[in-house]
Amino acid sequence: MALETSRPDGTKTETPAAPVRSYSTDAAGLGTRRALGFVAPALVLIALFLVFPALWVIVLGLTNYSLTGAAAADPGFVGLDSFVRALGDGRFYNSTWLTFQFVLGSAVIGQAILGFTLAKVLQGRIKPFVEGLVILAWILPGAVVAFLWVALLDRDSGSLNALLGIPGFAWLIDHPMLSIIIFNTWRGTAFSMMLYGAALGNVPPSQLESARLAGASGWQQLRDVIFPHIRGHILTNLLLISLWTFNDFSPFLLTAGGPDGKSEVLAVFVYKVALSGGDLGYGAAVSTVILLINLVVAVFYLRLLRTRR
Amino acid sequence: MIELRSLTKVYPGGVKALDALDLEVRDGEFFALLGPSGCGKTTLLRTIAGLETATSGQVVIGGRDVTNVQPGGRDVAMVFQDYALFPHMDVTDNISYPLRIKKVPRAVRADKAREVGERLGLERLMDRRPGQLSGGQQQRVALARVMATQAQAFLFDEPLSNLDARLRLEARTFLKKLQRELGVTTVFVTHDQAEALAMADRMAVMDAGHIRQIGTPAEVFQRPANTFVAAFIGSTPMNLLDGVVRGDTLEVAGSSVPVPASAAGRLTDGEKIVYGVRPEYLTYSAEPVPGALRGEVVLTESLGASHLVTLEAAGETVQVIVAEGSEPELGDLGHAVPRADRSLVYRDGELV
Amino acid sequence: MTRFVLRRIGYYTFVAVVLAFFALPLLWLLTAPFTDTPTYRVEWPDFTFANFATIWEHPYALGSLLNSVILAGGTAVIVVALSALAAYALSRVRIPGRDALLYTLLLLSSIITGTAAMVPLFQLAVTAGLIDSQLGLVLIMTGGLLPAAIFMLKDFMDTTPKSYEESARVFGASPLRIVWDVVVPVVRPGLATIAVWSVANVWGNFLMPYLLLSDVEKQPAAVIMYTLYTEGGSPNLRLLSTFGLLYSVPVVLMYLFVSKKYGFRFHGGIKR
Repeated sequence: MALETSRPDGTKTETPAAPVRSYSTDAAGLGTRRALGFVAPALVLIALFLVFPALWVIVLGLTNYSLTGAAAADPGFVGLDSFVRALGDGRFYNSTWLTFQFVLGSAVIGQAILGFTLAKVLQGRIKPFVEGLVILAWILPGAVVAFLWVALLDRDSGSLNALLGIPGFAWLIDHPMLSIIIFNTWRGTAFSMMLYGAALGNVPPSQLESARLAGASGWQQLRDVIFPHIRGHILTNLLLISLWTFNDFSPFLLTAGGPDGKSEVLAVFVYKVALSGGDLGYGAAVSTVILLINLVVAVFYLRLLRTRR
Repeated sequence: MIELRSLTKVYPGGVKALDALDLEVRDGEFFALLGPSGCGKTTLLRTIAGLETATSGQVVIGGRDVTNVQPGGRDVAMVFQDYALFPHMDVTDNISYPLRIKKVPRAVRADKAREVGERLGLERLMDRRPGQLSGGQQQRVALARVMATQAQAFLFDEPLSNLDARLRLEARTFLKKLQRELGVTTVFVTHDQAEALAMADRMAVMDAGHIRQIGTPAEVFQRPANTFVAAFIGSTPMNLLDGVVRGDTLEVAGSSVPVPASAAGRLTDGEKIVYGVRPEYLTYSAEPVPGALRGEVVLTESLGASHLVTLEAAGETVQVIVAEGSEPELGDLGHAVPRADRSLVYRDGELV
Repeated sequence: MTRFVLRRIGYYTFVAVVLAFFALPLLWLLTAPFTDTPTYRVEWPDFTFANFATIWEHPYALGSLLNSVILAGGTAVIVVALSALAAYALSRVRIPGRDALLYTLLLLSSIITGTAAMVPLFQLAVTAGLIDSQLGLVLIMTGGLLPAAIFMLKDFMDTTPKSYEESARVFGASPLRIVWDVVVPVVRPGLATIAVWSVANVWGNFLMPYLLLSDVEKQPAAVIMYTLYTEGGSPNLRLLSTFGLLYSVPVVLMYLFVSKKYGFRFHGGIKR
C-alpha cells in the first residue's frame, strides 16, 4: 500500500508505507491469546467437575451399574432398559406426582404469593423487622432449619402443637407432604419477596396515582397498573423458583422421604434408589430425566430473560 | 510534531469513523479537535494515543512513525474525560504512577510528584484519595500526572466537561495559561465551540469522520470554509440565507446586498448561492440604508449587554446583534447593514 | 368507615400471623441453647451458657465446624481467583464465541444441580478413589459455583470504566501489570461479594459432603448437624441447639457485613 507524500520541493511522490499491523485494542492490551489463557482455568474446572458428570450421568443411565450384587463387579451396557423401567415404575410415578405437588404448593402458590403479598402489603416500622425474619429463614443453613422444623412439629412437645392446642398431632408422620410444603414455603419466600419488592418499586407511582384518582379500587389498581408492569417478572420468578424447588433435596432432611415414600420427591427418590439401594444405573436414568426437565425449564427461563433485557 | 497522513479508520461493521485525514499539529501548539457527537474527534484522539488502531494511513509523532507502536511506547500522555485517577492510590502515588512504570526510584518519584503538585497548587492534598477531592482538584491531579511524564505531547479528552459550569470558565483560563507556560504540544477534544475558540491556537472542525476546516479561531470564526463550519461555530448562529446573483449585487431575502470583495469576479449571473453574515457583523439601522437587509422586527432576546433582534424578511429570518439601549420595538421596520469584509458567499456549501 | 377499620384489622392480623409464622421456628434457636434442660418447646431461657460445653465434649462437633471453614474458604479462594480472571477477560476482550459461552455457562449452572449430578459424582468418586477427599469436594463445588460467579463478576466489571486501564496503558504499563496495579484494586468490592456468596453457598451445602465424605472427622457441620438429630436414641437437644446456633452465626454475620458494606441486596436480578 503506497502513500502519496510531498517532497520538500513540492513535487509529489509515492512512498511505500508500512502495512498497519494491528495490536490488540482491548482496554489493557491483553490480546486474544492471553485472554483465552485467563479464561482457560475456569473452563477446565467447569468442564471436568460440572459438564463431565452431567454427560456421564447419561452414559450411566444406559448401564446397569450397581453398588452391590452381580452387576457391581461386572457392569454392562443395557441401553434404554432403565428408562423403560422407570416408565413402568409405580414408585417413580408416585415420586413425580409428589414432586409436582411440592413445586406447585410451595413454590408456585406458597413462595410466590406470600412473597408478593409481603412485598406489596408490608409498610412502616414493622416492615424491616418482618423482612429480616423472612431473610433469616432463607440464609440459615439447611440442616439447621430442617431441625428447627422437626422441633416445631414434634408431636408431643413441639411448639406448634402447643400453640394450636393439639398435642399428639403427628405432622411429619400423618401429613408429610403438607409439612414439607409449608416448610419450603417458609424457607424460600425471601427470594420472591425481594424480587417482587424490586419489581413493584419499578412501577411508576404516577400511574398508580392516576388510576386511584380515576376511582380504581385496590384490586383494580393491582390488575390494571401493577400486573402489566410485573407480568414478565412473575413468569421468570415462577420458573426460577420452580426449577430450584424441583431440585430441592431438603425434604430428605425433614422426612427422609417417609413415611413409606409418602414424601419421596424425585431428589429423595434418586438418592434412595441409587445411593441407599445401590442401583446406580437406574438412579442415573432418573437423574437424566431430571436433567432434561431442568434443561427445558432453564432454556425457557433464559429465553424469557433475554427478550426482556 | 504530530502528523496524520491519510489516516483512515473503519470499524468492523463498515462504519468509517475517520476518512483519510491529513493533519499537522505544530510544536508547542494548543490544538483543538472540535465537532458534534459522533464526528470522530475522540476516535481521532484515541488513534493518536494508540488506543485505537488505524485501518490505513500513518501517525507520526516527533518525526517517528508510530502507527504500529503500542500505546505505551508513543511518548504521549493522556487525560481522560473522567480523569481516571486510581481510587485506591493517594494523590502522590497517582501522580508518580507513570514514573513507577518507568522504574524511576521511589525517592526521585516522590520528589517529582511534589514538585509538580506544588506547581498546580496541590501541596496540601498530596495524601488524599481521589474520592476526597473536588472536581477541580481531581482535574489538577490528572494534569499533574501527565506533567510528571514529561511526554512530548499531551492529549486531553473533553477536559472541561466534567466540571460544573461555574468552574469551567476558570479552568479554561487556567488550562490555557498552563499550556503556554509548559510549551508542550497539546491536542484536546471538545464539542463546545466556545471552549475551542477560547483555548486553541488552531483547531480542526470535524464532521462524520472528515475534517471540514483547519485554522485559527479567528479564521474559523470570520471565514468558515463551508456552511457546516459556519453553522457550527459561533454562540449565535450565522445567518445563512438563500440568494441569487444579480450582476454585482446579491438578491437576498427580498433585499439587495453588494457582492463581497472576496467573492468578486467568481460568481456567475443568476446562480443560486447562500449568503452568510454573522449577527455580530450586522449593524441595525432604523433608517433605510442601501445594501442592507430589510425586515420587520418580530422578536428581541436579551443577551445581557446586547440584544439579539430577529427580523422577518421575505419569509426568511435575519438576526442582528444590537447594543443595549438601542433595541427596536416589535413591528418596527429594520435595516441590517452587513460589514463588507465579513460577508460570505457559499456555493454548494463551500466558500467562494 | 367500617370498611377502613376492617381493612386495618385484617392487615394487623395478617402481619401478626406472618410474624408468628416466621418467628416461631426461629425462636427455638434463640431460646433453647440458653435453657437449662431444653425441650422441643420454645421456653423462656434461663440465660445459661452451660450447654455450650456439649460442643466441646462431642468428639466431632468442633472439628466439623473447622471442616466447614476449610471447605468454604478453599472453595471461595478458588472461585474468586478463577472467576475473576475469566470475568475480566470476557468483559474486556472480544473473544470469538463469547456471548454463546456466557449463555451456555448460565444454562449449565441452572441445569446441573446437586440432585441431577449426585449419582454420577458419587460413582465417579468411588471409582477414582476420591471419596473422603476434601480437595475433591472443593473442586466439585467450585465447578458448580464458577459459572454463576463468572456471570456476576463479568456483569460487575462491565460497569467498571475502562479508562483506568487505558490510562495506565498510555503511561506504558504492560497488560499484566495493569491487571495487578489497577484492575484488581478497583474490582475488590465485586470480588468480596463473590467470596461471601461462595462461602455462604458452601457453608450450608448438605448433599455434596453427605455424599462424598464418609469419614466423620472430615465431615462439615452440615452433615454433623443432620447426624446429630437422626442418629439413634433421643437427640441431645443441648448439643443440637448450641451447635445449631454456633453453626448459623457465621453466615448471618456475613450477610449483615456484606449488606452493610456494599449494599448487597439481592434483587433477584432486576435492574433498579
